[in-house]
Amino acid sequence: MATKASRSAARIMMAPAVILLLGWMLVPLIMTLWFSFRVYLPLRGGDQGWAGFDNYIRFVTSSAFWPSVQTTLIIVLGVLVITVVFGILIALLLDQPIWGQGVVRILVIAPFFVMPTVSALVWKNMFMDPVNGLFSHLWRFFGAEPVSWLSDASLPSIIMIVSWQWLPFATLILLTAVQSLDSEQLEAAEMDGAPWHKRFWFLVLPHLSRAITIVILIQTIFLLAIFAEIFVTTGGAFGTRTLSYLIFQRVLESQNIGLGSAGGVYAIILANIVAIFLMRIVGKNLD
Amino acid sequence: MSLKSTLRAATALTLITAGSAFADAHSATITIATVNNGDMIRMQGYTDTFTEQTGIAVEWVTLEENVLRQRVTTDITTNGGQFDIMTIGMYETPIWGANDWLVPLNDLSAEYDVDDILPAMRNGLSHDGTLYAAPFYGESSMVMYRTDLMEAAGLEMPTAPTWQFIREAAAAMDDPANEVNGICLRGKAGWGEGGAFITVTGNSFGARWFDEEWNAQFDQPEWADALNFYVNLMNDYGPEGYATNGFNENLSLFNQGKCGMWIDATVAASFVTGADSTVADSVGFALAPNAEGVEKRANWLWAWALAIPAGTQQEAEAKQFIEWATSKDYIELVAANEGWANVPPGARASLYETPEYLEVPFAQMTLDSINAADPTDPTVDPVPYVGIQFVAIPEFAGMATEVSQEFSAAYAGQQTVEEALAKAQAITNEVMEAAGYR
Amino acid sequence: MARSVTPRRKLINTTIAWAIGLLIFFPILWTILTSFKTEAQAIAAPPIFLGFEWTLENYRVVLERSDYARFLWNSIIIAGLSTLIGVAIAVPAAWSMAFVPSKRTKDILLWMLSTKMLPAVGVLYPIYLIFIELGLLDSRAGLVVVLMLINLPIIVWMLYTYFKEIPGEILEAARMDGATLPQELLYVLTPMAIPGIASTMLLNFILAWNEAFWTLNLTAVNAAPLTAFIASYSSPEGLFFAKLSAASTMAIAPILILGWFSQKQLVRGLTFGAVK
Repeated sequence: MATKASRSAARIMMAPAVILLLGWMLVPLIMTLWFSFRVYLPLRGGDQGWAGFDNYIRFVTSSAFWPSVQTTLIIVLGVLVITVVFGILIALLLDQPIWGQGVVRILVIAPFFVMPTVSALVWKNMFMDPVNGLFSHLWRFFGAEPVSWLSDASLPSIIMIVSWQWLPFATLILLTAVQSLDSEQLEAAEMDGAPWHKRFWFLVLPHLSRAITIVILIQTIFLLAIFAEIFVTTGGAFGTRTLSYLIFQRVLESQNIGLGSAGGVYAIILANIVAIFLMRIVGKNLD
Repeated sequence: MSLKSTLRAATALTLITAGSAFADAHSATITIATVNNGDMIRMQGYTDTFTEQTGIAVEWVTLEENVLRQRVTTDITTNGGQFDIMTIGMYETPIWGANDWLVPLNDLSAEYDVDDILPAMRNGLSHDGTLYAAPFYGESSMVMYRTDLMEAAGLEMPTAPTWQFIREAAAAMDDPANEVNGICLRGKAGWGEGGAFITVTGNSFGARWFDEEWNAQFDQPEWADALNFYVNLMNDYGPEGYATNGFNENLSLFNQGKCGMWIDATVAASFVTGADSTVADSVGFALAPNAEGVEKRANWLWAWALAIPAGTQQEAEAKQFIEWATSKDYIELVAANEGWANVPPGARASLYETPEYLEVPFAQMTLDSINAADPTDPTVDPVPYVGIQFVAIPEFAGMATEVSQEFSAAYAGQQTVEEALAKAQAITNEVMEAAGYR
Repeated sequence: MARSVTPRRKLINTTIAWAIGLLIFFPILWTILTSFKTEAQAIAAPPIFLGFEWTLENYRVVLERSDYARFLWNSIIIAGLSTLIGVAIAVPAAWSMAFVPSKRTKDILLWMLSTKMLPAVGVLYPIYLIFIELGLLDSRAGLVVVLMLINLPIIVWMLYTYFKEIPGEILEAARMDGATLPQELLYVLTPMAIPGIASTMLLNFILAWNEAFWTLNLTAVNAAPLTAFIASYSSPEGLFFAKLSAASTMAIAPILILGWFSQKQLVRGLTFGAVK
């Protein structure tokens, strides 16, 4: 259907978004690339000259680098699995006729409204604190030894906090998709005696595939850069230092802009690898 | 009078009138970035008094400590000019001062009486003898203990205990059945949290960060002694999950009566004896401990201070504010309205000569702790750096945070003390090499 | 796919849904409850659920200490304008990607997302330096632009996905009837895409509202939104839970109310949009 006219119109309509993002990407990116080849130490008088590939080598050979990549991937994957699985289940449930649907929906979506710093503080102190947290009281009530969540089960704890924050996003997107599902088709399948798991697998899931894709892609972007939750809860200790946290440490705590910028370039590369990988798996759903 | 000097005088006069007219037309506003600790919040409440006296309006940017540090560091290193006064600590001041980023405070008025500032504070906030920030309040660290529990255990806290005695007392007060831990100490990762505590603990065992050639010293036996002592003490008598406890977590525990002892900042004294504490009536104070035979004690020195970034358009107004906020008069203003226990402590010698203030239970011990700390001579063996719980070099914050993360992992039992020390040694030497010290 | 079910089934569903909803909401409920406690009660052990003396003290302190209205206004302006401008720029782009796809559409989409992957902290210095040059520090305009750009890829993506759901034939039919491109966009596409646009806007408004890195680091007094307001209530020195809870409740409340209303809008839009 694309005529020549509509194609050029399309190009014009895309232009503002593309040009803006190009600028937003290129200017900081070029500056980051520039800094990454400089010895740039703000607290030692700023730019101290050419560094060659020193920053890149130093960043990648630091003992913290590979564990941080691994941690990043574990957190992203863990949160994705939890939010998508529970998101689908909750979306299907909320789609059923229930009393007080609007209220329940708001309850489920509410965590998304909470700023990450606040939710991390609330979880850390009011729930996961090994002495005063609600969990520790619950554990003691059942006669169990309270768990030091953030030191002994640091990664699962962070995955849980982050999942709590992102579950609403997944649920909302998936719910929008579920609601556009053709109910007649489903009823017909039910009449034909198709069991629920087959209906789910062959009717519901394919219909949701695009929504799932969008959830995975958008969440991945945000999760790769996850920061506040770690900053507040563990400060990067106990194996929770992600790549973006490592960059934070280099840039702001160590005040080494050159080294941090090199880390930033690595982060972009990692993110793009993840993105390409994702597109391979889920990209076909976008057609 | 010659024509020239008449002209000059006339010009000067015109300038002054024009200047003051300008000032009247656009009464100055200064922007202050500050930390949200109690004393600063209280200061904001008195801003109106300052504005009434001087006609200078004040805008506050109040942020929690970590965000503030990030914010003002970015602004000062890029010369962003967002603030006329920044609230900074004893770590930043000498480094920034050395970079000429701060306005030297060497022309404060006579009535301000700069010599009244406690020498330890003044040294810590100066670079090459020039004062770059005026202390709003200062702190050291000390032992806070439960007098009732000590009595029940049949022990008496000396004013200057040793670590060995602290361990003995912790064992005696530890009472898991009643949810009382013998001792609560910081273990949380971060240079200003657990990092600060373990560094002063190291000092009190005769350890140091660096030798005089900037070689990391974590491979020395003193560090192993200090860290092993701390880990054993906390594993035996400390609270669950102490590896994530910082100042606030311990404050909560102590206020709930779950700690026999707590060694932390002197400013905590007003909290644990305040309205939010369930044990307010039975808290005693003692100097921070040392290991037997070591002359240095485990007390640090810190000040929150007000500094003027170089390049501000409102230097005179900013200076006026600093003179007001860190003056004797301000202390008296707070004392008159809210009582002596609530005045900003630890900055001025004259405060500790005020009879009313000395009646506050923790006043004398705070002063003694501050006086026992000398940032220019922090350790038993000589060191090339200034600072007690920190090393005043730009690289320190980042590297100490990483080191303290390794230590926290050891506290949580995820690695041994030896492994943690070996990693700390490697991290530190790597950073120092990269920075060109060795 | 809402269908009629037996009352028994509805009861069971209702029970489960409410249980899950309350479980998920509980941390927020707890925060709200805590905002009415004293600092000592906030950390009391065992925790007190309802049997405490309710106090408005924290709210009084918070309102007295900071100019809530100014922070709120900045948040509304910054989140609102950045969302509106973002959507205005993204709708045409998403339209052309969805209905006039070319070989490179997917590459462009992927590239757009990849602009979001530069870790914010890694570009803090470059952006800060640029903002100094342009005199944009502590200005709402600067933040609106930054937040708009940060979220633009997400907006384009979400709109693209929603637009893809709309059958091209309808647009073609409109074109046959002589609709010009702007008319097609305004009168045919937009009404059909309202639920998608609405949920995109809602989500982006929330993302902009909660964005706490740039909003903290690029502001001081004039443009500081609620994230900066919150940042002055969590303290490494001293008890702060009750006050932080009060401040958080005040920061969440406006958006919770907005969510409540837009929920209803969304549902209405969804039933409308389900015609397919």
